[in-house]
Amino acid sequence: MKMKKSLGKLFLYLVLGLAAFATIYPFLWMVSASFKPLKEIVGGNMSLISENMSLDNYKYIFGRSSLFPKWFLNSFLVASIGTAVNVFINTMAGYSLSRLTFPGRDKIYHGLLLMLMVPSQVLLIPNYLILQKMGLLDSYASLILPAAANIGNIFLMRQFFMNFPKEVEEAASIDGLGRYARFFRICMPLAKPTIATQAIFVFMGFWNEFTKPMLYIKTASKYTLTLGLQSFQTQNAGTMWHQVMAAACISVFPIIIIYLIFNKYFLVGVRMDGEK
Amino acid sequence: MEKTKTVRRKYSNFERKEHSQGYLFLTPALVILFIFIGLSVLFVCYLSFQKVNLFTGEYTFVGLKNYQRVFTDDVARRGLTNTLLFSAVVVPVQTLFALVIASVLNSKIRGKYFFRTVYFLPTLTSSSALTMIFMFMFSVTGPINNVLINMNLISQGINFLQEPSFALKVIMLMNIWSTVPMYTTMYLASLQDLPSSMYEAADIDGAGPIKRFWYITVPYLKPITTYVLLTSIIGTLQMFDQAYIFSNGSGGPENSTLTVSLMIYRYAFGTQNAMGYAAAMAVILAIVIMVISRIAETANKEERIY
Repeated sequence: MKMKKSLGKLFLYLVLGLAAFATIYPFLWMVSASFKPLKEIVGGNMSLISENMSLDNYKYIFGRSSLFPKWFLNSFLVASIGTAVNVFINTMAGYSLSRLTFPGRDKIYHGLLLMLMVPSQVLLIPNYLILQKMGLLDSYASLILPAAANIGNIFLMRQFFMNFPKEVEEAASIDGLGRYARFFRICMPLAKPTIATQAIFVFMGFWNEFTKPMLYIKTASKYTLTLGLQSFQTQNAGTMWHQVMAAACISVFPIIIIYLIFNKYFLVGVRMDGEK
Repeated sequence: MEKTKTVRRKYSNFERKEHSQGYLFLTPALVILFIFIGLSVLFVCYLSFQKVNLFTGEYTFVGLKNYQRVFTDDVARRGLTNTLLFSAVVVPVQTLFALVIASVLNSKIRGKYFFRTVYFLPTLTSSSALTMIFMFMFSVTGPINNVLINMNLISQGINFLQEPSFALKVIMLMNIWSTVPMYTTMYLASLQDLPSSMYEAADIDGAGPIKRFWYITVPYLKPITTYVLLTSIIGTLQMFDQAYIFSNGSGGPENSTLTVSLMIYRYAFGTQNAMGYAAAMAVILAIVIMVISRIAETANKEERIY
């Protein structure tokens, strides 16, 4: 019986190990290739470590002739501003829908539910034309504005404020704080963990977004990282895999750091709205 | 509440203040969502009845022509077949993998944190970085070909990326690989609420691990499975980034990676300049997705009665 049990355990570890290996191996390859010269990557050498490893690829992509540092900054700028805007807009909307009473509130809530069901691909064409009319194509604003509010996160915040004790706000009100002061100085600070969950997923969404920059941005110096990565593939005859892999490493790095620091918020996010 | 209605009393100043505050807090979100979702949906429906010239900005009403064209267009049929095939393979495989991995991860094993962190990596990575990694792995001189050559299975590298019979399969593999972890996490979250006493009771009754998985874990996870299937179907039907990057926007080789979304993009923004037609396709895709969602939702609700 005991023998059978430990055999079963072994099998479990085998399954998990295999899955983990399959998941991590491409990443290890990416990291390894990012330090190698192109000749060695395409030469059929399968070992992850080699004596020819150097920082040359990184030096090249961060070098003077490369737009890569600009792309990194663009991504960072768009993702940071986009996240900040989202946090305020979504939290305010969630607060309004849960803590304030006004005519038409339920209608608005149901309208949002309806809009949540609209698949994103349908919006590509009209959003493009609207941004064109607004004269915003080929600008950072075109990446931020259409995604400046997120219904899933509005509902997340609404849920939070519905469970948030009213007494806290009432006490502050007796102390003479008005609605806006209460919201910005009491409610938002207390909602920090939920806001963090929201912020992480929004930031990741902006950072990894591909379709929008691909459609809206035409000038190479305004590319975000994701678009820049893709252009690496097409700009040179024969893909420069060593440089692409270094660039890919840099693009993944910030998100992994965020994940390791804010690990506990990730599971909450998945639980709350099930969205990536 | 009833009383206030019958008396039709005016709102007090205090209430009126709260109303305006309520609207004020909602305004930014509503403006954005109205323009980029609400208005956009109406706009795309309008466009689907028009012939649009993107260069001159000219719109001509053509009635149902765009919708009729979908049914006679060979490219559209190809795109639809590819997308359906893609969904049919990817959805069951990724759901099954996610279910198995999650239930294994949920059992009493060491190193859970490590495994969870590793499995989460693809979820964190952008589709463009993932696609580049996979294109590299499957390139003629890449690691996959090297392994196959070293094992003497093939004598020359296969051009997975340019070979029509392989290209879509590589994207399927990539999609399964990159999304299984996300669904695993969704299953895990749900499994954490499963009382361990159920397993203990089954253990006493002499049920083995496979029986426990089949008779406890699987039924318990039915609602979340519906949700996972739904998300997966909607996701695969809309698949765009990976196919776009893989084929550099062309859907090639020989249209083998052309998906419905890529087709919409190509007709709207490519050389065809057929934005109205693309809009009609987008509307059809949206209707299909909404119908599937509704079916899955009702199926889920009926189960909950028991």
